[in-house]
Amino acid sequence: RAAPLTNTVPSQVVPGADPSARQLCFAWGPAEVLVCETLFGRAGGFRSRAGAAARALTGSVAGTGDGAPSSSHVFVVRRDQDIYIQTLRKLFNESHGIFLGLQRSEEELAGKSRKAQLVQVSKNYRSVIRACMEDMHQAAIAARDPALQGQYSTQVSILSAMELIWNLCEILFVEAATAGPLVLRLLDWVRLHVCDVDSMVREVLSSESPSKHKLFWNVVDVFVLQGRMDEARHLLSKEASANPTSMNMYKILDDLMKKMPVPSLGNTQTLTELELKWQHWHEECQRYLQDGTFASNPHMESICKILLGDEDAILEKKELMTTWYHFLVTRLLYSHPTVKPMELRFYAQSSMDLFLGGQSSPEPLDMILMAAFEFEMHQVIKECSIVLSNWWFVAHLSDLLDHCKLLQSHNLYFGSNMREFLLLEYASGLFSHHSLWQLGVDYFDHCPEYGRVYLELHIERIPLSTEQKALKVLRICEQRQMHEQVRSICKIMAMKALRNNRLGSALSWSIRAKDAAFATLISDRFLKDYCERGCFSDLDLIDNLGPSMLLSDRLTFLGKYREFHRLYGEKRFLEAARLLLTLMTAHIAPCSFWMTLLTDALPLLEQKEVIFSAEQTYELMRCLEDLTAGNPDKQKFQDDDVETTKVEMLRLALARNLARVIVKEGTVEGS
Amino acid sequence: AMEDVSAKFVSQKISRTRWRPLPAAALQPPDLFATGSWDNEDNRISIWSAGDLGNAGLNGEYHGEPHLLCDIQHDGDVMDMQFLDQERIVVASSTGTVTIFRHHQNNQTLSADHRWEKAHYHVDQDTSCGGAACTGVVCNNPEIVTVGEDGRINLFRADQKDAVRTIDNADSSTLHAVTFLRTTEILTVNSIGQLKIWDLRQQRNEPSQIFSLAGDRVPLHCVDRHPNQQHIVATGGQDGMLSIWDIRQGTMPVSLLNAHEAEMWEVHFHPSDPDHLFTCSEDGSLWHWDTSTNISEKPSFLHQGGRSTAYLSHSTINQSVVSAWLSNDPTKDRMEITNLIPNQTLSVNSLDVLGPCLVYGTDAEAIYVNRQLFA
Repeated sequence: RAAPLTNTVPSQVVPGADPSARQLCFAWGPAEVLVCETLFGRAGGFRSRAGAAARALTGSVAGTGDGAPSSSHVFVVRRDQDIYIQTLRKLFNESHGIFLGLQRSEEELAGKSRKAQLVQVSKNYRSVIRACMEDMHQAAIAARDPALQGQYSTQVSILSAMELIWNLCEILFVEAATAGPLVLRLLDWVRLHVCDVDSMVREVLSSESPSKHKLFWNVVDVFVLQGRMDEARHLLSKEASANPTSMNMYKILDDLMKKMPVPSLGNTQTLTELELKWQHWHEECQRYLQDGTFASNPHMESICKILLGDEDAILEKKELMTTWYHFLVTRLLYSHPTVKPMELRFYAQSSMDLFLGGQSSPEPLDMILMAAFEFEMHQVIKECSIVLSNWWFVAHLSDLLDHCKLLQSHNLYFGSNMREFLLLEYASGLFSHHSLWQLGVDYFDHCPEYGRVYLELHIERIPLSTEQKALKVLRICEQRQMHEQVRSICKIMAMKALRNNRLGSALSWSIRAKDAAFATLISDRFLKDYCERGCFSDLDLIDNLGPSMLLSDRLTFLGKYREFHRLYGEKRFLEAARLLLTLMTAHIAPCSFWMTLLTDALPLLEQKEVIFSAEQTYELMRCLEDLTAGNPDKQKFQDDDVETTKVEMLRLALARNLARVIVKEGTVEGS
Repeated sequence: AMEDVSAKFVSQKISRTRWRPLPAAALQPPDLFATGSWDNEDNRISIWSAGDLGNAGLNGEYHGEPHLLCDIQHDGDVMDMQFLDQERIVVASSTGTVTIFRHHQNNQTLSADHRWEKAHYHVDQDTSCGGAACTGVVCNNPEIVTVGEDGRINLFRADQKDAVRTIDNADSSTLHAVTFLRTTEILTVNSIGQLKIWDLRQQRNEPSQIFSLAGDRVPLHCVDRHPNQQHIVATGGQDGMLSIWDIRQGTMPVSLLNAHEAEMWEVHFHPSDPDHLFTCSEDGSLWHWDTSTNISEKPSFLHQGGRSTAYLSHSTINQSVVSAWLSNDPTKDRMEITNLIPNQTLSVNSLDVLGPCLVYGTDAEAIYVNRQLFA
């Protein structure tokens, strides 16, 4: 089962790149590395490793060209391969919820209830792993393509190894099981994970007469080795009833198995009491073995030896245990049931040595489990980081251990502490994924030192394909007061809208960012359009600016100028005239627009009825003179015939209006 | 209650969930729904069976999580989705394309029936034509209306190749959603807080009425009309506010109700029991708004423990209407609202209610089915 953890290649090669022929160059990104071959040849004699497995590196060719074959490829190398496995997305999403729950959980809970809470969190993580394993298993069964099937099976094995390690860490670190219960927990662990013999057990139990089955004694042994006494006795009773002659022998063995003292999970007995009972029972077993009670039946004799914790007898059943850690737990059960956590390391080491017997060397999984038995938490995390092709496992495990207050003493010589370092790696991987980036945000939130900076750098690189997506990214930034990013996103969206001639959308984006400069730019576009076409586009927007009109002076002007047109259209000339004048005298209108405004005054000046008062007319005249005299671009007016004519016409109209208004006002006053 | 909710992680972010409509005389609860995904390299339309009806227990409770019947690849994000009839679904894409998919129930497959490529598009300064996201679609068989980021309104007929009518530049800002008010009139909401009525019989390319939020022009993201009283309209905004409008009078909402803390993505009156309204949001919550009059006669599920329940005071202006949504009669002036998702994390992008059933989908790549809303 541990196979995938065995093919670790210490150095991995990007498939297709040949470092033996060309020198490579690199560019490090947040979660990806760009690699390309240079034009420079290789002087030194580097042996090509092109054939080596490149497990944790997925190279994808980003660009191809016709040039020299050596330099035409850029490889995108990802550091977290598993992020891209479809079935694992369930793991990422569901564990995200558990992670958040853990961060929000109450630290105040003291002692036992806090521990229970943490153990529950750990179990939740494991059940997600198991659920994923089940899905992956189903996918493997359903897959028709053998290559795909192989991939799925590999994933099942990796997940299974992850769960095995996690479970052991849960017992030793999170729950911190004490002498007594410790052995029971380890037994559960072995029963849950050593499933190679399950099919054999099923076969024998479901056969017509189990005791006649050739594997009968193997199954009894399996039960005994796993401490499943009731099941073993049940099977034995069947055999006994078939052999009335040896009934007595069966009875004795059954009695021994029944009487075996086991540690209790409650506090009903002390360790000393247990050890005392154990001693008695052990001596009893010893007596029966020595007086040859079981001599006539080698199967039963060997079981009795196992009960006595005889190492050779247990080792004989190597095939039924399949792993050294099963051997370890069986050994502890029958010879050291009250083993203390700190003594585990000695038994673990010797069990591994005895079991492997120098025939094979330990594999990465063995090293990880051994590190756990040695209570070397950092070693566990380190080994897992090297061996597993994902950051999910180490990030979540070390976060949990950190919440158990087990990692605090450890500071890295780079970055922040280990928990944060691993979370940052994992979350960066999520951000490099086109879809999972949203999960990454919450992980960065819980990295007090560098989380914010990472988030800022990553969030700006999210492609904003639709407004809806932009809104989601924006919400993330706004909730965290990331003003810089808010502005930049809105500006990008406003620019896009502007390019697409969507002035309304552009304006609402700059209003969202309270970006006055950009609002001014857009207002100018509106005004330019107006000057060119003689009518406003997007009236639905300009007529409904509301308070956002105050965002920029130009926007205010745009809104007010449009209001002037509306009043004019509604023939409310007096109000229109007053507003027009205010736009200039209150300097709301930009100077460049005054000429247009004055031209707009022409039809008002030429109405049958007098609109502008004398005072207003004087002001209009002053505006015109300011414009022609005070304007540094005076030249412009003189050179341009049309402009000169316009100015002349205005002067004439103003003079005429003044004449009319004097007469009118005089008449009114006189009457 | 929570036990009645079944969840399934689907390895894709869900942007839309829709129950398949029931045949006219159907007595059974809905059993099939469709989902659309977004933000994937490979987006999909999927048809799900809500759960195994054969496993219905004695009390009528259902077991089993939703299971996939068939799916099909879809170009671009699924922005909106609506069943045209029992077999056809109209899907709006971020590429601007509108597609009718057909669900073949005999062999459980999906196929594209008809496609309007780039029904929504931008003409940029180089006059090249790029697709603009189609943000909303509404169907009234055979008519289909779509709106988009391009401010365009399209009217299609399922049986006609070309658009029946297109209103270019109908809105200068983004149109976020559309629904039918009557057979010839539609309602749209946009990104500057406006609700507009369009009469499709008129040839004028302008709305027949414009309503808008006072104060800040908060963008509106969703709209639904009361199924029986067509003058009552609900909209949801960027700030999570639920606005109730009486389109017979005034230009501003009759009431503003606040529950969500971020964008409200969808609002739905219960189609047959419109005293109930459901909304979902970017903040990861899904609120059930209940105005049924007598609180003591409330369906029991509202009292089951552990959920946050709040009473909101209803600030209404209108007195002349009987509807609970508009009334400010002191005895009826209460609304019970309940968040149906206790441990919210990521956005709930979509919901749909039909009969006793609720289905919703999230950015946490899960779909949830509650088959006993009124148990």
